[in-house]
Amino acid sequence: MDYIWLIPLVPAAGAALNGLLGIRWFGRALAGALACAAVAVALGLSIWAFVGLVALPPDARVHDVVLAAWIPAIPLETAADIGMFSVNWTARLDPLAAIMLLVVTGVGFLIHVYATAYMLDEPRGGYARFFCYLNLFCFFMLVLVLAGNLLVLFVGWEGVGLCSYLLIGFWYEKNSAADAGKKAFLVNRIGDWGFLLGIFLVFFTFGSLDFREMATAVAAMPRERTGFGVLSAICILLFAGAAGKSAQIPLHIWLPDAMEGPMPASALIHAATMVTAGVYMVARNAVLFDHAPLVMQIVAVVGVLTALMAATIGLVQNDIKRVLAYSTVSQIGYMFLATGVGAFTAAVFHLMTHAFFKALLFLGCGSVIHAMAGQQDMQCMGGLRKYMPVTFSTMLIGAFAIAGIPPLSGFFSKDEILYRAFIGNRILWGIATATALLTALYMFRLMTLTFSGGYRGPQGSPLASPAAVAEAALHGARHPHDAHAHGEADRENHEVTHGPADLLREDHARPGPSEGSPAITGPLMALAVGVIVVGFFGMPEALGGTNAIERFLTPSFAGSAGVLTGHADAALSRVAALGLMLCSTLVSVAGILLARHVYLRNPEWPRQLAARWHGMYTFLLNKYYLDELYSATVVRGTIAAARGLFAFDRRVVDGAVGALRWLTLLASWLSHMFDKHVLDGLVKLVGWTAGRASFVVRRLQTGLVQNYALVIVLGLFAFLTVFLFAR
Amino acid sequence: MLEAIVFYTLATFILGFGVMVVTTKNPVHCVLFLVANFLCVAMIYVLLAAEFLAVIQILVYAGGIVVLYLFVVMLVNLRRPPDAQIDTRRQARVGFVLAALLLAEISAILMYSAVHPSSVATIAPQVASGGNTETVGMLLYTDYLVPFEVASMLLLVAMVGAIVLARREA
Amino acid sequence: MMPITPYHYLVLAAALFAIGLVGVMVRRNIIIVLMSIELMLNAVNINLAAFSYQLHDAAGQVFAIFIVAVAAAEAAVGLGIILAFFRNKETVNIDDMNIMRW
Repeated sequence: MDYIWLIPLVPAAGAALNGLLGIRWFGRALAGALACAAVAVALGLSIWAFVGLVALPPDARVHDVVLAAWIPAIPLETAADIGMFSVNWTARLDPLAAIMLLVVTGVGFLIHVYATAYMLDEPRGGYARFFCYLNLFCFFMLVLVLAGNLLVLFVGWEGVGLCSYLLIGFWYEKNSAADAGKKAFLVNRIGDWGFLLGIFLVFFTFGSLDFREMATAVAAMPRERTGFGVLSAICILLFAGAAGKSAQIPLHIWLPDAMEGPMPASALIHAATMVTAGVYMVARNAVLFDHAPLVMQIVAVVGVLTALMAATIGLVQNDIKRVLAYSTVSQIGYMFLATGVGAFTAAVFHLMTHAFFKALLFLGCGSVIHAMAGQQDMQCMGGLRKYMPVTFSTMLIGAFAIAGIPPLSGFFSKDEILYRAFIGNRILWGIATATALLTALYMFRLMTLTFSGGYRGPQGSPLASPAAVAEAALHGARHPHDAHAHGEADRENHEVTHGPADLLREDHARPGPSEGSPAITGPLMALAVGVIVVGFFGMPEALGGTNAIERFLTPSFAGSAGVLTGHADAALSRVAALGLMLCSTLVSVAGILLARHVYLRNPEWPRQLAARWHGMYTFLLNKYYLDELYSATVVRGTIAAARGLFAFDRRVVDGAVGALRWLTLLASWLSHMFDKHVLDGLVKLVGWTAGRASFVVRRLQTGLVQNYALVIVLGLFAFLTVFLFAR
Repeated sequence: MLEAIVFYTLATFILGFGVMVVTTKNPVHCVLFLVANFLCVAMIYVLLAAEFLAVIQILVYAGGIVVLYLFVVMLVNLRRPPDAQIDTRRQARVGFVLAALLLAEISAILMYSAVHPSSVATIAPQVASGGNTETVGMLLYTDYLVPFEVASMLLLVAMVGAIVLARREA
Repeated sequence: MMPITPYHYLVLAAALFAIGLVGVMVRRNIIIVLMSIELMLNAVNINLAAFSYQLHDAAGQVFAIFIVAVAAAEAAVGLGIILAFFRNKETVNIDDMNIMRW
């Protein structure tokens, strides 16, 4: 398994080739194939590494590869004594990393394949650029996953943040996309600020950044049950970073805007992998968090509140992509709930299943948008089932999975979380269950509005009518996200910014929306299979399964066994567990039926409800006004502070500088006067004296040789006189 | 006794001819007095057992240099020589007084030395054994060979210089 | 009469030197000034010969010979200069030779 360090480097090579050569010279086919091949190789290596890891006995399932010393030992002060600050490029393969490797490379590979077809409307250079970014993202994500210490993890962390920024702003000619990218980057900065402080505090406390050494050091310390000690401080700081990256309250606001990016990027980065990096990081430091129960409670509360809030917002959004974005936020809230109640394996399991079904939903949604020529408003869709059966069926599987219908993967993972939450705290369980109802409701609202009922979109060729674009704009599709969105009316602009639109391609010419190429449907079907299969690895014992995932992952959380065993003692009986499962299943089914009932049978209800609860509706539609709140407080406060500082700068600092300037001028004027009158006077005096003196002395120089002889003899006489009398 | 008579006679002639050289108005007469002076000095050399030097004095000075002066005096044939009118300059009187003072001073030093003789002055005069010319020749071509050659170079340069200076512009 | 000592020669040389000095400082004909210099050189030569005689060292005579050589060179160059000057200025008056003044 010594080759695991190659896993990140293969996508890095792909990114380098596509970035340095591809943008200028590669054709679409070559660029896409190169990127897919790079990720495929990484996937193969990951599977190989996984198999190798499974072959080992459970206690020995950890493998370190130290590539090189990054920072050689520097003596730095820590809380205990002078510690040696040294960081190695360590790649560490353990069960947690192995699972993540498979998720990242597996889902990543399918999304790469999907993107080769989805991005075909890009101009050639943009196509290669897109795949360069995607591969670069895979590189950084794999660095993050394989990191053996906090600092290497931070490198990957910032790297994926960078790729996220680049991909959100991929269509940078569009103001909204560029702004969304900046927003994501800035909000992440706030979280990363906490994360960095956490890293500093970790070194100051433990004298090391290596995860295993940290865990060992933490295990020797008492759990901070009552007070808020240094471990809690570290955890809250690290959790700030995780909340930023994983879009938890109050830093969740960037993720919905991140949907400005191309669909494959949204699927890979903002649904399947990067946004779950926070969960991964918390799970990585399970022992640390385990020793800070207060922070664990905060994490759980934040997670469940995020889940609930995002679900309620998702309920009223009309933009199909935004619904999925809020769904992502909500599901990550579930994961944090799991970590908060100490169920790290459940969190990672849900992370894994979520990666599959959310990627599936995003890709299916992309397929729909592709077919609808960029239309993202669900109110303008409907009845697509008969046009795109593959997309419909695969998305249906994904929707059932996220809603938690057995025996799909989402059921097992979500049920595990609910089970743990029930053991930990009944209130949390109650909110989480309510969220599960909302989840089923908004997902099947989406499915119903999109695929069922009558077709509400433009008839015939969807690109033919400028009216369709206008109508879409009327219905709140404010952001024409994809190249298609510009439509015929905006064709000139489109061509200016994206190159030839090639609008008259064959598949566009066909009337009505239709299924895409095999490169689009293939990954959908593959992911659907994944969604069905993956769950069985985590089938709980109550249903006669073995819960292989949990047993596989447990060594990674070895130090935090206190939580697990502590609760395992209080584990519910099999009947209670089955009862909980039944309960959550019933809730999900209720949500699905409600959605069908409301949105299919009685399309007028939502409008009436919205009219009756108008305040509530607009409140949700505007995302709790959080963006407005932040812009009123944080952004405006920052600007006000900047203005104040500017005024201070101009009045006080500039005033001081101006005074200094006057002082300097005065001093130089004085110096000038001194120079002119005193120094120049002295110099002139010397010259004048020399002139006067020479006027007298020059008479000695007669030019007459006899005079000189006279003087010589005089000197001789004087010399002899001295000689004579000095004897 | 004879030596004393010869010395005082020669001394009288030397000083007398010297005074005539300095005071005579006519340059040609000056040159002639100079020749006589040089010849007397040559005899003094003989008295001092420096026969070779005496011969050199006669050949080079009296025979060569003075002829050169005579030629120049002839060439510079002035209707009004510079010393024709009476010299009224302060320079002349001061120079005369200064020279007298210097002479007195040197004489005083010599008197003092004679009264308080140093070790050098007490060595008795002896006639050098062997020929004077041989001794001088040996010295010139052994110990003083390099200065001798330098002197020859000096004479060559002086000759060239004199020709360059004296020839008419072509 | 007292015997002739080196001091007699030295006094003679000093007197001859003084006479030459007077000639250098008083005469206005530059040719005669040069002749006076020759007198002074002769006085020096007498000194050298006298010491050579006194010390039984022929080196004094050798130096006298060098002085003769230098005197010859001096006379040749000096008279050449006088000739050149005379051609330009039609004078040998030393008081007219004052263009080296400030």
